[in-house]
Amino acid sequence: MENILQQIGIENYIYLSTLLFCVGVFGVLYRRNAIVMFMSIEIMLNAVNLLLVAFSTYHQDAAGQVFVFFSMAVAAAEVAVGLAILVAVYRNIKNIDIDNLKNLKG
Amino acid sequence: MNTLIAIAGLGILCLIAEIFNLRKAIVPVTIIGLLAILGLNVSEYMDLGLNTAIMERNEGFYNNMIVNNSFGMAFTGLFIVLTIFLVAMTPEFHKGHKAKLSDFVAIKLFLLTGAIAMVSFGNLAMFFLGIEVLSISLYILAASEPKNLKSNEAGMKYFLMGAFASGIILFGIALIYGATGSFDNAVIYSAILSGDLPGWFFIGIVMLTIGLLFKIAAAPFHMWAPDVYEGSPALNTATMSTLAKVASMAAFFKLMRSLNHEVSASYVAIIITVSILSMTVGNFMALKQNNVKRMLAFSGISHAGFMLMVLLNPPAMSGVLFYYAAAYALAGIAAFAVILYVTANKENEDIYQFNGLGKTSPLMAATLTLALLSMAGIPILSGFFAKFFLFSEVLKTGNVLIVIVAVANSIVSVGYYFKLILAMYTKDAAENTQKVPAAYGIVAVLSILLTIAIGLYPDALLGLLK
Repeated sequence: MENILQQIGIENYIYLSTLLFCVGVFGVLYRRNAIVMFMSIEIMLNAVNLLLVAFSTYHQDAAGQVFVFFSMAVAAAEVAVGLAILVAVYRNIKNIDIDNLKNLKG
Repeated sequence: MNTLIAIAGLGILCLIAEIFNLRKAIVPVTIIGLLAILGLNVSEYMDLGLNTAIMERNEGFYNNMIVNNSFGMAFTGLFIVLTIFLVAMTPEFHKGHKAKLSDFVAIKLFLLTGAIAMVSFGNLAMFFLGIEVLSISLYILAASEPKNLKSNEAGMKYFLMGAFASGIILFGIALIYGATGSFDNAVIYSAILSGDLPGWFFIGIVMLTIGLLFKIAAAPFHMWAPDVYEGSPALNTATMSTLAKVASMAAFFKLMRSLNHEVSASYVAIIITVSILSMTVGNFMALKQNNVKRMLAFSGISHAGFMLMVLLNPPAMSGVLFYYAAAYALAGIAAFAVILYVTANKENEDIYQFNGLGKTSPLMAATLTLALLSMAGIPILSGFFAKFFLFSEVLKTGNVLIVIVAVANSIVSVGYYFKLILAMYTKDAAENTQKVPAAYGIVAVLSILLTIAIGLYPDALLGLLK
């Protein structure tokens, strides 16, 4: 029986993850709500995880899947810090809209 | 390799010391520990030199995750020295929050582990972990005054931009993995030499480049830097503008030296554009700033532009980059030590706060003057020799235009550095003098002496990487 990856083709996996990654990028660039921006960053990181797993299968090499664990752990730590900063911002301005953070200019 | 483990252990020790009520011991023990680790690093470097005729031997540990070579160890030494200065200033700066001292020291040590992992990686997984450990520590430091809205804003902006850049870096790593089938630098390098790579490999290199340009705050991707530098507490701004910037630049260089061995013409065009843009934007924006932290942020952007020139011919430039990084970072520490002294208990960091410093505290004023002159590139000080070596190496690659722009930019940069120097010496002080805290005074004088010393004996640093 033929491998499912060969039937679909590695290119389509790359297109799918690039698409997901672009969804994340545009989310960060166009949405002004901090939580939605965090979610968009998560979409970017998960698009990369998908790509890594696809390449891992393509190369028949486990390193890519191990890297996904690293990147998931790092993403979790990053979001923990991000949410802590978000809580601090909310306590000061009672709002999580990025457009309200305009005190630093010059 | 042992230095990395020892520093992580020292960070954990700091956190444990707080539990056992040994708060007073934290900073002295950390500084002594860091000096010991510096000695360990030097002895490992010596072993590397004695064991083999070729200094550039790579000694791999843990499946080649960490590689000991002269480049990584020289930068490790520089980072440890910078961290010692930063840790020495911590208790004075955070004297209002004594209970948090162990956190601040421990985070700086973890930041140092990230920085060391970034310059001694042998595998892209280690590189990614290093850059994330460094960035996450910096997000915490930037937002470390939860009740101050400016600090919150700085932390939030830094977090969003940094996480965005990390995503792009990760995508680049994934594409490179897809093209070569390995995360190991040596395997990737041999895959490049054998040729025949799919097109997405180069897309991966470009995405890595974009992500790292975000991290070093080079021109089209610099917009976060001034806000973050201004909003963060001043000591953490010092950390970002010295340690973090130099570490990111060294990692960028190391990555490009192995992945982009034969620099293609189109990549040279990218580097020249970004470099000229960063220098010009940084210097001209700095001219109209009134806030000193913001001014130094733009100055840092222009220095990132200067340092980017080393990517035009990576194999010949490692010594020059190390010298430039050391000169820039030490002058930055000296300048920030004086800024911390002057702006303690003040509302803002505007230039008028420095009025009359030349009369009220001649030593600190002289230190700041020397640090700024070194950054501007005035002879005798190391900043001049850094620029001189950099320009002469870049001229050898045949890119004359970029050197002309760089020299013109150095002249422009004298303008805003002198704005601060003139304020110190020609205007009168508005308030009574405050005593110079011992920690700031010692750090400022030691780092400026080091800046002058490496200016007098440049071979001591350049030779480390030969």
